[in-house]
Amino acid sequence: MLSQDNTHSDYLDSILSRHQHNTHNLLQMLREAQEHYGYIHSEAIDYLAQQLQSPRSMIEGVASFYSLLYLQPQGDYRVLFSDNITDRMLGNIDLMESMCGQLWVEVGKVSEDGLVSINTTSCTGMCDQGPAVLINNIAINHLTQDRINSLCELIRERVPLSGWPLEFFAIEDNIYKKDILLDSNFKSGSALAEVLKRSSEETLQEIKTSKLRGRGGAGYLTGSKWEFCRIAVSEQHYVVCNADEGEPGTFKDRVLLNTYADMVFEGMTICAHVINAKKGFIYLRGEYRYLLDHLNAILQRRRQQGLLGNNIFGHANFNFDIEIHLGAGAYICGEESALIESLEGKRGTPRNRPPFPVTSGYLNQPTVVNNVETFCAASLIGLHGGAWYADVGIETSSGTKILSVSGDCARPGLYEYPFGVTVAQVLADCGAKNTQAVQISGPSGICIAANEFERRIAFDDLPTAGAFMVFDESRDMFEVARNFVHFFKHESCGFCTPCRVGTSLLSNMMNKLANGHGSPYDFTEIEKLNVLLLSTSHCGLGHSACNPVLDTIAKFRPAYDKRLTHKEYIPAFDLDYALSQARQMTGRDDTGAHLERIHVSK
Amino acid sequence: MSQNNKTPHNKNQATFILDGKTIPFTEGQTIIQAAMASGEYIPHLCFNPEFKPHGSCKICTVTANGRQTASCTQQTQADMVVESNTKPINDERRALLQMLFVEGNHFCPSCEKSGDCQLQATAYELNMMSPHFDHFSPDRPLDSSHAEYLLDYNRCILCSLCARASSDVDGKNVFSLAGRGIKTHLIVNAKSGKLADTDFTGDDKAAHVCPVGVIIKKRVGFAVPIGKRSFDEHPISATPHPKVRDV
Repeated sequence: MLSQDNTHSDYLDSILSRHQHNTHNLLQMLREAQEHYGYIHSEAIDYLAQQLQSPRSMIEGVASFYSLLYLQPQGDYRVLFSDNITDRMLGNIDLMESMCGQLWVEVGKVSEDGLVSINTTSCTGMCDQGPAVLINNIAINHLTQDRINSLCELIRERVPLSGWPLEFFAIEDNIYKKDILLDSNFKSGSALAEVLKRSSEETLQEIKTSKLRGRGGAGYLTGSKWEFCRIAVSEQHYVVCNADEGEPGTFKDRVLLNTYADMVFEGMTICAHVINAKKGFIYLRGEYRYLLDHLNAILQRRRQQGLLGNNIFGHANFNFDIEIHLGAGAYICGEESALIESLEGKRGTPRNRPPFPVTSGYLNQPTVVNNVETFCAASLIGLHGGAWYADVGIETSSGTKILSVSGDCARPGLYEYPFGVTVAQVLADCGAKNTQAVQISGPSGICIAANEFERRIAFDDLPTAGAFMVFDESRDMFEVARNFVHFFKHESCGFCTPCRVGTSLLSNMMNKLANGHGSPYDFTEIEKLNVLLLSTSHCGLGHSACNPVLDTIAKFRPAYDKRLTHKEYIPAFDLDYALSQARQMTGRDDTGAHLERIHVSK
Repeated sequence: MSQNNKTPHNKNQATFILDGKTIPFTEGQTIIQAAMASGEYIPHLCFNPEFKPHGSCKICTVTANGRQTASCTQQTQADMVVESNTKPINDERRALLQMLFVEGNHFCPSCEKSGDCQLQATAYELNMMSPHFDHFSPDRPLDSSHAEYLLDYNRCILCSLCARASSDVDGKNVFSLAGRGIKTHLIVNAKSGKLADTDFTGDDKAAHVCPVGVIIKKRVGFAVPIGKRSFDEHPISATPHPKVRDV
């Protein structure tokens, strides 16, 4: 036992000291512990509990919340197939089954030799270059049968990831349309130089003049948010960049952080100047772990340039630095109060609000939480002024919006437009044909049908965090909705009854329909459940879990009608299916091992 | 209940309207706290007046100025109009109760907490006649390791009152929530996962706050016979806090 203890203390001691034994860094410590050991050993939890003087149940509670953290041994190669609807449309399930077959492992399990574990995970933000997997948290895209075969070979030969062909790890930006942001040729420090010619009041006024609204989806006026935080009296203020880009179908923040990181950091620094913050965080989704070293290098360069750290640009008392925290697989942490809980090293459960983060955020101090794209826009406003920015776009929605286009189109990738662009224009630009529907802003957004393609991307028409998933006429919109419902079930934090249980019930009901056991009764049940989730859930996840179903019922009713094969209610329970385990165990599949399905419909 | 308030209040005190009745409140009180102080019942499970509101079960959902909200966490405002005992809201509460029933394994007839259980009593109060939804039938093993107490996780509704009592009152952190979503579950503070390996004792506040039948004192389960228990005599709406008969 002693040697076991030493095993864990060896690597945990350096992790603990790097994080100052601070429980607010618990999630970071757990992630690093797993990176070292492969999973989080129960003795590692004991050691952390002892060193942090925290209850082990609290640490276990945190570790078990995040789907990319493991409390049980995983395969030496942890393969996670991104399971967004766009991955499905590109055939990810067949590829996964092929891999499972080649490596002799079942989905969700570890192979008997401990070599490999294979499972699905929520959208990894690679929809323009899917099907995608994460192997030991490193992204590999553009999967084909050939590439799967190669991966299986490398895994069987136990080749370490560092020895795999570099082209497997290529990640493209796929920018097809640039406007003021993506085409800005931004020079690091240029916006700060302008901003520091003005007082922080004047900079705030520029942000207000720009009428910039948050790009994360909710569309709150950035100037007001910054002002509320600025006037909140407190010892510390914080700037947080929400880079937990978890909404399926969204991947623009990945590109911004990959290629436009200086704009992001500079926007955060401008915000710090306005609200008088000394510290900022980027909360980067765990699926983007591969960006960490790149981002840290840019932060280091900015420190050397005098753009971060003490006396920024030689201004006495303008001290600000940025730290990167990684998430670990929890969509809910994109909700700002859950994000703050997670930043504090806790389970990502949304807080009761009010108070709002602008007055009581990180460590209960006033905190601005903005999206990656919002901070980029703040840099542009810092550089060119608020009036210049307000001139772009339309009255209700100033500036531009970057869309992450994926699905059935010739050129999936990033498209930046001034607000007010029509859906039809985007479809034409990305080369979409015979389009049946577009899911705007991901599963929590809105699904629109062909008769709505003249609608505009704007806060007063189609607000969006960026996702733009295209479905052509060959797609089954019921299956689209079912995929989204499964996503919400997987990502519900479990705090409140309606969302915790309701998303599972909804998922079961959609499965029942998919299995051919549907009747109008189930339809009514789904609609009732939707109303309940909408009215009683704790946060936006529960509220929007119904959206995909409500939208597709309203607009693609035939996709549902063909599932309502029974006039009267029949149970979801299927006797023949219940025997499938026994068939598997006995290796039988003859007619004698099957029950005839008994349907009660007339 | 009387039309007027049970608690006398002066004319300058701020009030709000609950189902047509004028209810006084003090600054900082949430709707359910103010309602309870006036002897008004709003169905609830994760709320316990001795603890900071949590807002997770959502049974106490009301409409406040037309907006639905959990009354345990919603601060009361002057002249707020709150609707609680209405058919649409009680229908929703019943559906939430049904969700809690099918999520766990609740076998009332054989449960030693029957008659003292707030989940059961609230279901009676709201005329829940069936579980309605398909049962999830989760596999939740018992923990009988402790000499004096049994943990029956089958009945857990994840209200976290035991966790809050253990950390806020006992200073022990015996209980925590783990997992996520539908896999959220209660754990105890021991590597073995067993209650016997924690510092839990029957003197802990945490031993006496479970609104259902998870934390059960051994060997006294039927000392008070069925028929003579707290909610056998009065419905939960007419039973003042502390609602649970402590064994």
